[in-house]
Parts: sequence; structure tokens; C-alpha cells
Amino acid sequence: MTAYLLKRLIIAALTLVLASMVVFAVMEILPGDPARLMLGLNASADQVELMRNQMGLNAPLVLRYLHWVGGLLSLDFGRSYTYSVPVIDLVRERVVVSLPLAVIALALSTIIAIPVGVFSASRQGRAGDTLAMGAAQLGVAVPNFWFALMLIYLFAVWLRLVPAGGFPGWSAGIWPALKSLLLPAIALALPQAAILARVARSALIEVLNEDYIRTARAKGLPYRAVLWRHALRNALIPVLTILGLQFAFLVAGTIIIENVFYLPGLGRLVFQAITQRDLIVVEGVVMILVAAVIVINLVVDFSYAIVDPRLRGRQ
Amino acid sequence: MKLWKTILAASVLSLAAATSAFAARTDLTLGIVLEPPHLDPTAGAAAAIGEITYANVFEGLTRIDENGQVQPGLAESWAVSDDGKVYTFKLHSGVKFHDGSAFSAEDVKFSLDRARAKDSLNPQKPLFAHIADVTAVDPATVKVTLDGPQGDFLYDIGQVAAVIVGKGSADGNKDKPIGTGPFKLDHWAKGSEITLIKNPDYWGTPAALDKATFRIVPDAAAAVPALLSGDIQAFANMPAQDALAQVQSDPRFSVVIGSTEGETILSINNKKPPFDKLAVRQALASAIDRSAIIEAASNGLGKPIGSHFSPGDAGYVDLTGVYPHDIAKAKAYLKEAGLENGFSATIKLPPVPYARDGGQVIQSQLKEIGVDLQIIPVEWAEWLSQVFTNKDYDLTIVSHVEPNDIDIYSRPGYYFQYDNPKFNDVIKELGATVDKDKRLELLGEAQKILAHDVPAVYLFELPKIGVWDAKLQGMWTNWPIEADDLTKVKWTD
Repeated sequence: MTAYLLKRLIIAALTLVLASMVVFAVMEILPGDPARLMLGLNASADQVELMRNQMGLNAPLVLRYLHWVGGLLSLDFGRSYTYSVPVIDLVRERVVVSLPLAVIALALSTIIAIPVGVFSASRQGRAGDTLAMGAAQLGVAVPNFWFALMLIYLFAVWLRLVPAGGFPGWSAGIWPALKSLLLPAIALALPQAAILARVARSALIEVLNEDYIRTARAKGLPYRAVLWRHALRNALIPVLTILGLQFAFLVAGTIIIENVFYLPGLGRLVFQAITQRDLIVVEGVVMILVAAVIVINLVVDFSYAIVDPRLRGRQ
Repeated sequence: MKLWKTILAASVLSLAAATSAFAARTDLTLGIVLEPPHLDPTAGAAAAIGEITYANVFEGLTRIDENGQVQPGLAESWAVSDDGKVYTFKLHSGVKFHDGSAFSAEDVKFSLDRARAKDSLNPQKPLFAHIADVTAVDPATVKVTLDGPQGDFLYDIGQVAAVIVGKGSADGNKDKPIGTGPFKLDHWAKGSEITLIKNPDYWGTPAALDKATFRIVPDAAAAVPALLSGDIQAFANMPAQDALAQVQSDPRFSVVIGSTEGETILSINNKKPPFDKLAVRQALASAIDRSAIIEAASNGLGKPIGSHFSPGDAGYVDLTGVYPHDIAKAKAYLKEAGLENGFSATIKLPPVPYARDGGQVIQSQLKEIGVDLQIIPVEWAEWLSQVFTNKDYDLTIVSHVEPNDIDIYSRPGYYFQYDNPKFNDVIKELGATVDKDKRLELLGEAQKILAHDVPAVYLFELPKIGVWDAKLQGMWTNWPIEADDLTKVKWTD
């Protein structure tokens, strides 16, 4: 177990180093000069050069990479070109929007998906199953920004239950803040729930055809007990894998959803930073997101062992 | 249950009606598409900076009003020497910056010297190029000496990048803007909104609004529901053109189409063959059909232009008829250039709807005369480095939103790569002419040269699509400069 853990950790660290190189290289290749973008059309070439020097953009490539990575190691992400405040401050302001959003969305998608998956699997081929999987198919196919707009028109414009967008900040109170995250979370969760429900269903159907299920039924256990206690637990491994992968999709999804709901989250920050060529912000946030995805996958790896005791003994 | 709901709704409504009868609203939430990178108009070119701060937070010696006219600002009056070189400004007294420090002639000297300094990062540095000396004669008098007459000096110092900043607070303006205006910054929730509150110590007529919030709505599709739900009560310039009909038919909103200083043009790389031949450029001008482009690129709202000049400005000459839409004529021009079989070229389109939509129409229109355009979509950052800085392009579509910028065709090294000595002479003379009538005459001449010589194909003037609550008054109809001046905005009833 310790060796397994250690191996996972080393792989995670290597992935981070590799990611830092890729992120830095991509930002270098990206055409566009942040200094010219800041100063606009009427600035002279001299002024742009002066700005580039101020931004530290004229130093050699390798030096800048080492400087950046060195900063990362001491959790110094540098200063934003455009906002001229430390990147970490920007991240701190934004993560209080994006993290709750992702967590609520992930929780929602699980809460919806597992019961639907179980329901469908236990009624395989019957009307209920067809209906549920039809709905799931729709959920996968519908683009989330369109779905988000429909939610806005229904709940914000027509029923006026929640705001159409924006985020009042947690200082405005828990409920107003949560209220403004509700629609975005639903918009993010539903497509994910649809995928998850399909995975849960097929995993469960496979397990339900195993011999030991028949044995459990034969010894007189009620169907419900077999389904929830024996079958579901064994079907959880693929579900967990998908859940871990979905976190990465959720992060990508927030970029679109945060734009539609104009939420000041990390996704918006990255999007805006890319268009403004605020490279240092893009690099910092992407590294944080990479780290988050790696950590989540580590957690998923370890949770396999919890769900399936047989994996605990393996090296 | 239903009865309860009705009673509840009725009581809420009557309560709302009762409170509004006592006092009109004094808060306003406006939507803007792009968040400013910071709030210092003297240190960044982003239009959103000026949109929020001009006239609200920061003021200049002069100010430009809704009609593009120069009005007194921090200077209550001025005198100009006979040779047009020395301007003596008399400043308002009792003016204070938001941090409580007193405004004086020293701040004016500081601001102008800072903008024209060698290491200045002012985005409109050329505006200050002719200033030779700034002297604070006494706390209420400033003398500005130019190295020669500057035709539109009073207009130039009324622009966004020429606002007066405090000697002691200038360095912090990016994050904590300290101006002299009727509003001051309350807070900026980055990525979300910027809130201004009324400045109780304002020297001039106080604003009617107590609070104005600029909320960032980056997605065009989100703009309409934000208005319909009442979250946002005004868009000075609404991004969602296709959805305009939805608010236009709604009596709760005023939709006011105004003009901007944005000449939307098909820019040509004038040094790159075959565009270095006049006949080729004439062929392009004759082949395009402006009305179809305006329909596609601005929902039919833009005004056609025939030169680089806003139809709303004094001195405008209608030159849209110089090269009327005529395919046969266009083909004849191509033949004259020795290209009767046409040619192929690229068009780089920045990520704005007018360029992306207009580009497709132009592509199909030029196909009719055998010019095969390959569309290359680019981001703004790419556009700036490839097209604007490196001049690596054939054609592009862009809106030049700077006010009174016809002189860009005479700037050496500008991305049009256009060099016409005759035009340059006119602009040079214009720059040194103070007399109003003579200026208008020269401006007309400059417009005509461009219209005939086609250094770019002139398409339309970008419209300003104002959408706001019908009870709101005092919003600007036009954008002679990109500013959301809230000083006269108020709620009625």
C-alpha cells in the first residue's frame, strides 16, 4: 500500500513538472504582445518596448521559465500584467466562487445520477429504463450554455426566483450567494449527471449478471438488498473513475457557464486573461487547475481501495 | 393557495408603488461587456477604462459633451494668444480630489508633464507632443505653451487620456482612482462589478444618482435576460444585436440608436501587391455593396460612409457615391490593373461580430469579380501583433473608434502602409490651423482624397445601441468619445 501510494505521488509530481513546461511553452507560442494590448493603437514602438521591459518580458526564455517555476515552488505566482496585483490574490477572490460551484455541481450530478442509474438497471429494457435513458441521452446532447439560457429565462426572467447572473459575494450572506450559484450548478451538473447515470446503469447491469448475485437472490435476500448492498458497491469502480474525470470536465465547463452567468470565477479569469494576454495569470491558474485535477485523481485512486477491499492488498 | 399568492402579489405591488411615490430611485446598474484591466485612463488604452471613469471619476481641463463639443471642465475659461501657441487656463476654485487634497495648477502641470514625459506610458501620447512648456502661474492659473499652433488643442486635452490626476495619488490610480469628479470609486469586485458612489464634496452640480454599478456581462446572450429580469437597467451599448427586437418591442425599455466615432473599414495593405495599384483598390470599392454589409454586420443600424469620417461630426462630406456598387465597373478596373482573371488574397478578421459577419459578406461580394478571399479568424492579441504591428496581412476589417482620427493615414509606419504626400500636406496644414472654417475645409479635402484614392474601403459608422429602462433619463445617445457620463442621469417618477 505504501509503495503504491509513493508511486502515485511520484507520478503526480512528474506530471506537474511536465505540465508546467507545456503551459509555459504554449503561452510562449501564443501570438500577441501583452504590452501592445495594454497600450493600444496610438502608442509608439518605444512606449511598447518600455512597457515590455517593465513587465519583464525581455529576459531570455529559460531564465523566465526558471524564475517562474522557482516562484511556484514558494507559492509565488507572480503579478498580473493587467490588474497589477499578485496572481494569488486574484485566485483567492475567484476560487470562492468556482470551488463551491464545482462541488455543488459534482454533488448534484451524483445525487441525480446514481438513483437514476440504479432505477434504470433494475428495470432494464422496460418503459421506465427507456424513458430514463432517453432523458440521459438528451442530457448528453444538449449544450450546457443553451440549457443555462433556458434555465435563466424560466427561473430568472419568468418566475423571478433567482438572479439572471452575477455573484453578490459571500459577504452578502450565504443564501443570496448560494442562490446565484444554483442555476449555474444545475446547468453544469445535468449533462454530467446524464453521463454518470449511463455509466452507473451499464456497470450495474454487468454486475447484476454475475453469479454471486444469483447466489444472493437464491439464498433468499430481497431484491432491494441485493441491488443496493451487493451490486451497487461492486459497480462503483467505473462510476468513481468517471467522477474523477468529470472534475476536469467541470473545470472546463465552468469557463462557459461562468461567462453565461457572468460569475467572477476562475474560468472567467482564465478566459479573460487569455484574451488580454495576461500570460502570468493564465500560467498560474492553469497550474493550480492541473494540480487540482491531479489531486482529485489521487483521491479517486485511493478511494478504489476503500470501495474494493481486494485492491488494498495489491501492490 | 392561489388567492394567497394574488393577495401577496397585490400587497407587494402596492408597497412598491407607495415607496416609489415618495422618492425616485437613486441607484443604477449598468451592464458592460469588457472589464477594464485597471481604472487609470492615463495608463491604458482599454475603452472600458474611459467608459467608466470619464466625467464620472476623472475630469480634464476641458470636457467633451454628448454632441462632441468642447465644454469647460476643470478650467472655467481660457484665453488663446494670437499666434495660437499660448493657452492660459483659469481653473475652478474649491475643487478637491477624492482623497481630500486640494486641486491646483500644480496638479495640471504634473498631469500634462507626466503625459508628455520621455518615459510616459500614456496611450494617447501624440496628443501632448506639441506641448513645449506648462507653467503654474498661480494656484488658479495655468499657462500651456505649444511649439506651434495645434489645431484642435482644446478638444485634445478634453479626451479620456488627458484627464487631470493628483500629484500625490497618481501612482495608485490603477486600483484606487482618485479624481475630482462627481462620483468616486466605492469598490471593485474584480470580475464582477465596479461600484461608484456620489462624491459629497463635488465642486460642481451634484449628480442625481447616489450609486452607480457597472456590472460585467461578457456574454451577449446573457445581456437580454439580465435586462428582462431587472438585474441590469441600462446598457450604454448593448452587445446582443440579434436579440434587439426582443427589447425593442417591450415598452419597459428605451432603445436609442446613436452614432459612435467608429469608422468600420476594410483596411488594405497598400504596399502589398496587387493592392499597391490604385485600380485594384478601386475595383474593391466598386465591388462591395455597403447596404448588404451593414445589414449583416450591424443589423442594418450602421450609417454608410465613403471616407474616414463620422457622419455625426462637423465637416462631414457624404462621399458614399464616389464608387457606387457596380460589378461591371469593378471588373473593368481589374482589367485595367491587368488582373482580369482575378486573384486570391487573405482577410484577417478580429473576434467582433461586425468583422466576422461583415467579412463573410465581403468574401461573397468579391467573388463576383473573381477575387478569391480566404478568411483567417484572429484574436485581438493576434490582430495587434500580426496586422497592426508587423503589417502581415492583405485585408482586414476593423472599426477605428478613436475620435477625429483621419490623420492616421499620414502616420509613418501605420499599418495601412499608405503614403500620399498630397494627403500628408493637408493633414500637416490641418494640424497647424486654428481657424474653424479653414479647418472644416481642410477636413473636407482630406476626406475627398481618401475617398478617391481608396487606401481602405469605407463601410459604415458603428452604431451605439443604447438600451435602458424607459424611466431613466440623461444617458448619452451618441458616443463622440466612449464615455458613460452619468452626471445628468436620473430616474423619473
